[in-house]
Amino acid sequence: MTGASSLLARDLAAIVGEKHVRQARAERMTYAMDGLPTHRRVPDLVVLPGTREELIAVVRLLAALSVPFVPRGAGTGLSGGALADEGAVLLVLTRLNRILKIEPAHRLAIVEPGVVNAKLGAAVRPHGLQYAPDPSSQTACTIGGNVAENAGGPHCLKYGVTANHILALEVLLPDGSLVELGSPGGEPWGPDLAGVFVGSEGNFGIATRITVRLTPLARAVRTMLADFHSLRAAGEAVSAIIAAGIVPAALEMMDQSCIRAVEDSVYAAGYPRDAAAILLVELDGGNEAAVIAESDAVTDLLRRSGARAVRCAANDVERERLWQGRKKAFGAMGRLSRDLVVQDAVVPRSALPGVLETISGIAQRYGLVVSNVFHAGDGNLHPNISFDATDPALKQRVEAASAEIMSTCIAAGGTITGEHGVGLDKLRYMPLIFDAESLGAMQAVRRVFDPEERVNPGKVVPVHACREWATTRAAR
Amino acid sequence: MSRVGNNAGRAVTILEKVTALLGEGAVLKAGTDRVPRFAPGSPDAVALLLSTAHQEGWRVRIEGAGTWLQSDAPADLALTTRRLDRIPAIEPSDLTATAEAGIGLDQLRQQLADRGAWLGIDPPGLAGRTLGSVVSSATAGPLRHGFGPIKDHLLGVTFVTGDGRMVQSGGRVMKNVAGYDLTRLQAGGFGAFGVIVLVHLRLRTLPRADITYVLEGAREDLTQVGEDIAAAGLTPAALELVSPALARRERWALAVRLAGSPALVAADEAGLGAGSGGGRFTPLRAEEAHAFWMRLAEGFAVRPVTFRIGAVPTASDELLDLLQHQLGDEWISASPAAGAIRWTGEASIDRLQRLRRTLAGLEVPLTLERAPWSLRSAVGHFGAYREGVGPLVTGLRRTFDPGGALVVATEGE
Repeated sequence: MTGASSLLARDLAAIVGEKHVRQARAERMTYAMDGLPTHRRVPDLVVLPGTREELIAVVRLLAALSVPFVPRGAGTGLSGGALADEGAVLLVLTRLNRILKIEPAHRLAIVEPGVVNAKLGAAVRPHGLQYAPDPSSQTACTIGGNVAENAGGPHCLKYGVTANHILALEVLLPDGSLVELGSPGGEPWGPDLAGVFVGSEGNFGIATRITVRLTPLARAVRTMLADFHSLRAAGEAVSAIIAAGIVPAALEMMDQSCIRAVEDSVYAAGYPRDAAAILLVELDGGNEAAVIAESDAVTDLLRRSGARAVRCAANDVERERLWQGRKKAFGAMGRLSRDLVVQDAVVPRSALPGVLETISGIAQRYGLVVSNVFHAGDGNLHPNISFDATDPALKQRVEAASAEIMSTCIAAGGTITGEHGVGLDKLRYMPLIFDAESLGAMQAVRRVFDPEERVNPGKVVPVHACREWATTRAAR
Repeated sequence: MSRVGNNAGRAVTILEKVTALLGEGAVLKAGTDRVPRFAPGSPDAVALLLSTAHQEGWRVRIEGAGTWLQSDAPADLALTTRRLDRIPAIEPSDLTATAEAGIGLDQLRQQLADRGAWLGIDPPGLAGRTLGSVVSSATAGPLRHGFGPIKDHLLGVTFVTGDGRMVQSGGRVMKNVAGYDLTRLQAGGFGAFGVIVLVHLRLRTLPRADITYVLEGAREDLTQVGEDIAAAGLTPAALELVSPALARRERWALAVRLAGSPALVAADEAGLGAGSGGGRFTPLRAEEAHAFWMRLAEGFAVRPVTFRIGAVPTASDELLDLLQHQLGDEWISASPAAGAIRWTGEASIDRLQRLRRTLAGLEVPLTLERAPWSLRSAVGHFGAYREGVGPLVTGLRRTFDPGGALVVATEGE
């Protein structure tokens, strides 16, 4: 730590209290990574404000001193997006974890950014409501982080991603001023700036109060497990279901490597170990008869597409077990190796079978174990590469294989991230999908919110690849 | 404004320069205001025209088919997207399509239907209204109830800025978080941040069952029926409360559209019968239903002023009272569960400004969708910004239209 840092630490401690400023290297190391093991940055200082007022005071102090900072939630992100370099202060928002209001009649809730996704879900459930976006990390990840990344999850196929569930935001801009974006009814005051903010990966400011849309809990649910001899057949079953005009609540796929990892773990869900692929299909709705009729139709489509067996969860316990295997798949894969890179890309649904075969070829060529667990209904792939990050040569192979997987997805008409964000990890791929003009436009928009580019610097847009744009924020 | 409009010499110069730039095929007959009108035939031609306009200091009015927003903004030239009417891709198996902004919705719908695909939007306006017009004004119709606002149907857009830069945002796949979401800036931006030239759309499978039921009655009773339907767990594609004048009926009408798989629709039909006290709803024949929804959409394109307001679901009754009190019982359509209300009729600047202020106090934004220039330039599409929003909007305007070439009544005077 430099002398300047220690002076800053003293001033920050005066706002948040000494124990909420982490200066010791060992303490700061805790925040050196997120959920992705391939990026590591040790922040200069870590601050954990406990109230909105403390947060505002901290950001205003940093603005006055022109110190860069990085907002961070639970650190479950998978893009290296919430890492702070030396010279930047890491603002950890997990203590801002109050649910400020639940209005069942208006189907909304107002929360602080550090509220854990699953805790919000539990709080609104007694009202017959849900907060629909359900990332696999929902028991740990925060709503603020979900907003920053525009997080998805298995049930986004039917219910939409985070952006579809954010009504309004109070945002603390990097200069310390507050703005109110959106309205409780979801109609914007002018252009949809709340929509622009969602998914900005902490580059536009910090959402200090988040108004989320709640939706009614489904009254009827059917969860089915189908297993297949081949990934291609499973992929074709997905297309058949979508083509029939049925929109399942979730439509998830796992390959054999992933199935076995789950079945060998404490999260064993009863998936058939010899299957090349399984599909987890969930149908829900407000009406039992409709859901039963649709599940009959889906069962028929699955069988006609080559499913060896189709099993419907008989009760909530079975349903939970089937889902636990899927949601804890990343954890289960921890058994395969020391480290795991969870990749994220999206391809057109019809390209899934071909892309999966190409990925399998890439894995073989690089001698890597790649397991696939993903949101098949959206075409959102998660090829997971198991490796040991302490082996530099192996790490290099993982990087090269990841790049080839991304290129494959782009060539198929897809994109480099569907829900994990760009952060640091995908910066190098951005010029593959956006030209210099479009990247320049993004950077120019960022400067409207953050003229000094002080919040979460160096993420999302590779500045070297941008064409120059002029930006001016109007005087306040 | 002095350099704009009726300067005949300037108009001739612009006409000659743009003709040389884009060719005779891009020149359209000027309207009654004699503003030269051009229809670039490609996104690149739009970029060329706007880049030139930026350099020359010309002010540009953006038009689509000319059926929605009045073509009366004072400008040196009008740019219409109507020749950008191609549909480069329809992918029924992926449920995506890519269409140029000047395609008419009627043509787009037909081509999608031929491939078994469907776009779950039914915006107000005439059938030939362009896709670009709908996206740039974010005007959702009754299907918003079941399928969400316009932005939820967009996977990406390509737009040209006021100084002629071509920018891509989003992509062609179902989920995408690569880069900042400039698509949402364009959806509902009214062209203030550029001219949309290409749109990537999220589609649905053409509903195999699609039926509309209507119930007439007192507004308060129908609101209650609407709440009962929602409480019963039904999932209509549209649940719309329509004023008598707009529905051309004796009393208010509650229209329920069920669209989707036959199983889903049949279940909801059964629920509708039970929920409304035993079949009080009247089913419309297919052609009646088509006429009903078309009349509703077209009704909002014929009166001089149309606006929308967005509130929390339970506020509709109170807001309908407020509208009737402040502006009179004109043509109104409300999607109570989505909290969306659209009004059309005649209104003065004063009344609209007063209404916007009153609504702002209730945390309800008013977006002016259509109005003659004299009114919309005074009231603005947007207004009553919340704290800190104004400077951000101005900053974004300057970023995407640094020379102020695009004539858009973003905020009131």
